[in-house]
Amino acid sequence: MIGVNAASGHRDTIVALSSGVPPAAIGVVRISGPQADDALRALAGRMPEPRRASVAVLKDEAGDVLDEALVLWFPGPNSATGEDLAELHCHGGRAVIEAVQGALVKLAGVRLAQAGEFTRRAFANGRIDLAEAEGLGDLLAAETQMQRAAAMASAQGAISRQVEQWRDEVLRLSAMVEAALDFSDEGDVDDLPEGFTWNMRTLREDLATWLERPRSEKLGEGFRVALAGPPNAGKSTLFNALVESEAAITSPMAGTTRDVIERMVAIAGVPFSFVDTAGLRDSSPDSIEAIGIDRARDEMERADLVLWLGKEGEGPAGAWEVAARKDAEDFEAKASSDYAVSAVTGEGVSELKLALVAAAKEIMPKPGEAALNARQHAVLDEARQSLVQAEALGDPLLVAEELRSTRQAFDRILGSATTEDMLDALFGRFCIGK
Amino acid sequence: MREFDVLVVGGGHAGVEAACGAARMGARTALVSFDLDAIGAMSCNPAIGGLGKGHLVREVDALDGVLGRAADAGAIHYRMLNRSKGSAVWGPRVQADRRLFKAEVQRIVWSQPNLTRVEGEAAGLILEGGRVAGLELADGDRLEAPRVILCTGTFLGGVLFRGEERFEGGRIGENAATRMARQLRDADLPMARLKTGTPPRLDGRTIDWASLPEQASDADQWTMSPLTPERRNPQVFCAITRTTMASHDVIRANLDRSPLFSGAIDAAGPRYCPSIEDKIHRFGDRDGHQVFLEPEGLDTHLVYPNGISTSLPVDVQHAMVRSMPGLADARIVEPGYAVEYDHIDPRALTPDLQLRATPGLYCAGQINGTTGYEEAAAQGLVAGLAAAGDALGKEPPQLDRANSYIAVMVDDLTLQGVSEPYRMLTSRAEYRLRLRANNVSSRLTGLGLQAGCIGDERSAWYQAREERRQEFADVFARNVAAKDLCEQGLNVRRDGGVKRVAEWLRHDGVDLAALSPWLGDGFDEDFALAQEMAEDEVYAPYLARQEAELQDLRASENLALADGFAYAQVPGLSNEMVERLSAASPPTLAAAGRVPGVTPAALAALLVHARRLESEKAEGSQRAA
Repeated sequence: MIGVNAASGHRDTIVALSSGVPPAAIGVVRISGPQADDALRALAGRMPEPRRASVAVLKDEAGDVLDEALVLWFPGPNSATGEDLAELHCHGGRAVIEAVQGALVKLAGVRLAQAGEFTRRAFANGRIDLAEAEGLGDLLAAETQMQRAAAMASAQGAISRQVEQWRDEVLRLSAMVEAALDFSDEGDVDDLPEGFTWNMRTLREDLATWLERPRSEKLGEGFRVALAGPPNAGKSTLFNALVESEAAITSPMAGTTRDVIERMVAIAGVPFSFVDTAGLRDSSPDSIEAIGIDRARDEMERADLVLWLGKEGEGPAGAWEVAARKDAEDFEAKASSDYAVSAVTGEGVSELKLALVAAAKEIMPKPGEAALNARQHAVLDEARQSLVQAEALGDPLLVAEELRSTRQAFDRILGSATTEDMLDALFGRFCIGK
Repeated sequence: MREFDVLVVGGGHAGVEAACGAARMGARTALVSFDLDAIGAMSCNPAIGGLGKGHLVREVDALDGVLGRAADAGAIHYRMLNRSKGSAVWGPRVQADRRLFKAEVQRIVWSQPNLTRVEGEAAGLILEGGRVAGLELADGDRLEAPRVILCTGTFLGGVLFRGEERFEGGRIGENAATRMARQLRDADLPMARLKTGTPPRLDGRTIDWASLPEQASDADQWTMSPLTPERRNPQVFCAITRTTMASHDVIRANLDRSPLFSGAIDAAGPRYCPSIEDKIHRFGDRDGHQVFLEPEGLDTHLVYPNGISTSLPVDVQHAMVRSMPGLADARIVEPGYAVEYDHIDPRALTPDLQLRATPGLYCAGQINGTTGYEEAAAQGLVAGLAAAGDALGKEPPQLDRANSYIAVMVDDLTLQGVSEPYRMLTSRAEYRLRLRANNVSSRLTGLGLQAGCIGDERSAWYQAREERRQEFADVFARNVAAKDLCEQGLNVRRDGGVKRVAEWLRHDGVDLAALSPWLGDGFDEDFALAQEMAEDEVYAPYLARQEAELQDLRASENLALADGFAYAQVPGLSNEMVERLSAASPPTLAAAGRVPGVTPAALAALLVHARRLESEKAEGSQRAA
């Protein structure tokens, strides 16, 4: 249903960085909700005059100084969100922003905002209408989602049709259980018919098949390739060779910049994100080294594919063994290297690219094939889990409840159950803090 | 000329609950009936409760209504339906001796303070400036009251059908309230016709009981109302017989003589309680349908053959009955018949069952398109409490889909209307797991106390019960080790660790009885509240999951849509949506979402517009201040 409660003050107070990604000159942290005033007072030590900028020293619970910031106070309902709203214009370093947000969410009733939640509250409180919200969403997404829009245009209808079909099947199964519950004692309805469990399992397996398919986000995020290995293994040179002369894509899903060099390019029409973990290590002397290594490990885990330029067999499972410096005098060919390249001479690079394109296509949604986005995937997985539960249960009453839960999940995908979901879908396209 | 706060027309189940409910709240109430002696009569099956319906009986009882106690007073056979399934769908049902039941209803009505009984025909409504102002009786007497509750059942424009025969009236031998019906029709209310039916009554002395399987009353001593400490009457058994291929042949050969098939009745009947000719017609492949032979009372030989409601001609009814095992020589005392009657489109009603077009006029029971005593009683209670609350400036109990079947029914009726007689089913309640027939007191009696509709006896009982809640909660929080349970022979994994009693209750085969060594001395595991709390634990994971859903629901229930909300002025709302929403007049945004066919896009547009109106209103009042 609709989050109409915002105005009546029963909601959490939300916090997010609403300016660009740090590091930046300033970082604007927004706080909206019934506890916005308490939160502001807790950090700034006082309440500023409404709608007048003033400077305050922000301190955390322990009294440690977090930052010196410009603070603004907009009492609801005449604020951007329609609720009490505070803004902290901090220095834009990552550590500062993290510390300020960290201090805020420790306060009771305050939590980090979800994507689009500020806009959604503005909408719910009548500050903007749906068309405006939708227009805003389109605008924010337009640059980055062009590829995705093209791919999804045909796919959307297919998903709805498929989910409607599943929904009909669940309705049919529900009707059987409900009949057994409400009429079996009247003698004209039998208990659950044979084949009921089998039908439920077939449906569950069908869902599982869909859940294994590539997700639509892959089109936006690109096939993520991490280059990893010890220093001086040739990562950066290879990285440059891979991304240079390819069409750059302005980073989609922006907002998660890391201290790694990451470049998005299209090779043969397939989007790639190349990540040079070298960026971490080479620029992090001594003390920060440990953090750098952790990040590199994270990146390797997050990647769809790791190109391992280190010693043979020391890379993560599934990594491609790449012998990088084929041109070097001390070149050691790996015993079973998948690829030997020289970034300097270009030898082997195009073969590697071809192989990468082939690998990427494997996990990208096929053209014309319906692909689930993250929200649909999560909701569909809930439906699947409910069916798994239902199969394991003996009590038809609980089976009925699980089927109801499954049906609701389908409704959430179709948007036909509640407007809340439609709005979730809409506002979910916004970045956090908008 | 006499003055009251609330007038109730009709002494059936709806009328009795409406009148007693209003009077319990403290309103000066009058109950008007053709025949005071008919108050509390059961017009059809002498059974009360059943699947879904049993929940309604218990809920009405939890709000201190009449039906549950009267059912116990008359009960000669108790049966908990669906006992093999989860307790949320258990259906308590009793068969009652008509005479004893009626006597108890009358005892309660006659002894109810603030309640005046008026015998007479309610000839017409007195209207003043579009509002109800009272009632005019056929003898010219006038009763004045700003609130009138119509509980006229099938008496409104009722026509009886039996084969080729036609009679006017609700029940055999009584007048139909045709003048009132005409007045309502003239008032241009949205009305339609439905039909229902009843089976022939048999003489029990002509039934060969010995040849038929018996169904005994439940051995455990449960009752409908917790205020009935034990069963009051000797218990009788029922017998089960079946229709045969021969019965089906008789029916098929005479279908053209049934008013249902000859076209004489074209109103929709209940899909869920069809006539035998409907069953034969629709389930042609079945070789027989079960028929329960239910004694109608302790001092009567009448037997009610449950399952063969019919409007076939008398000679066909004879042939059909005699084609069934055990009934070869059975004598029909009163043949069955069908009734076609007027009802109001319940979408014309507000959630307190008031006619939107005529403030002060409430409708409850079959007049709203429902079938069944329980459905009628529950609506009577809702209307009675609401009317009294209005008169006294009090809030009636706040019922919603998550706390009662009563609210599920009222919500369904007022938002979706009816296309066949509405019967309660457990599948209509989406929060079924929390709406059990055995937790009604926890759900509703507290609300009733706040509203002021609970009498002293139940109030005392309830307080005493609630005092023990903490005691049980403490016991449920005790820790028990898996290995100790294993040693007692319980089927749990030995390495299952230490868990609270509450958590162990969720394991298959672990119940309070099995855990009794760990519950402490003096723990009364048979105490109903302990059982109820144990069931809450069993369902706890599901209830927790529903909580999120309910939060969303209640959030959108906070956005009120005023009566007469100008849907046509909502930007972006299609004509179709405007029509659907205007017909149902949902009181809140949540209710708008339950109006059939209303799309998410329409709801979003509605939300935005309603929000804007609210904020404009708020700004306007700020400026004014």
